[in-house]
Amino acid sequence: MANAGDALHIGRYALSSRLIVGTGKYPSMETMTAAHAASGARMVTVAIRRINLDDPTGKTMLDYIDRERFLILPNTAGCYTAKDAVLTARLARELLETDLIKLEVIGDAQTLHPDARETLAAAEELVADGFTVLPYVGDDPVACKQLEELGCAAVMPLAAPIGSGLGICNPYSIAVIKERATVPVIVDAGVGTASDAAIAMELGVDGLLMNTGIAAARDPVLMAEAMKYAVLAGRRAYLAGRMKKRLYANASSPVDDLIESRHA
Amino acid sequence: MKATINGETRELPDGLTVGTLLAELGTAPTGVAVARNDCVVRRSEYDSVRIGEGDRVEIIKAVAGG
Repeated sequence: MANAGDALHIGRYALSSRLIVGTGKYPSMETMTAAHAASGARMVTVAIRRINLDDPTGKTMLDYIDRERFLILPNTAGCYTAKDAVLTARLARELLETDLIKLEVIGDAQTLHPDARETLAAAEELVADGFTVLPYVGDDPVACKQLEELGCAAVMPLAAPIGSGLGICNPYSIAVIKERATVPVIVDAGVGTASDAAIAMELGVDGLLMNTGIAAARDPVLMAEAMKYAVLAGRRAYLAGRMKKRLYANASSPVDDLIESRHA
Repeated sequence: MKATINGETRELPDGLTVGTLLAELGTAPTGVAVARNDCVVRRSEYDSVRIGEGDRVEIIKAVAGG
């Protein structure tokens, strides 16, 4: 069940899957690579951190990602200022030889909500520096529009707090963001299970980025497969156009030519 | 000469290049990226850029994340 003819275009990149997956929180690297394969994703995220000077020869995440199959989307997770995010993005570009960056500038440690002011400032600088910028943003249509106008290649509103698994908390905001956007809308954060993924895709968003929803499942590989099908199902349902909702029943079987039996 | 590597102050030989620093740490240059005083040092510059007194050097790698 490939996504033939329905690629996700982000900047100059085309992805055959609308699901983007993370590399965090997996119980083991073996589980992660199996989950990545089961998800059908073609883009995976990584974070950027200092090497351990006490073990500078250790393996890095790059040893576990098949770059023939996956595009790597480095993130600026953990940054609280535009300055740190921009330097992290530039380091990631040098390390990975990619212009892709998931811009994440956090404003608050408990909610992990983005700092809109710092995100906008970093986005402007990174776009000017030639990056393909995918910003993590609140489910705020105004901030999304501003990021788009700055030249971001996509916008990535949260559906619920990072790692919360609460699902699509405000489908109306997500729908409004999608309706107004001219760049891809990728729901980033909050998806907890397959139905959440399907609901997001049925709203018409272009893709989903998820990490904990897969990695923290009891069986991450099976959940990755479930997410693959949920994204495909939600996307197809959106393209198919759902029936109108109605208050009363409307029989599916013919209402005439019914048999009659004698009533006692 | 003192410089800060990933937040740790270290005594380093004068004129140390980025490439030599990575070699002395035992780090494969392909798995990391380096910034000196908030500017990325290109891989092609590892053998020409020297670390100076008081410099702040960041050496990063890719790790798990979402």
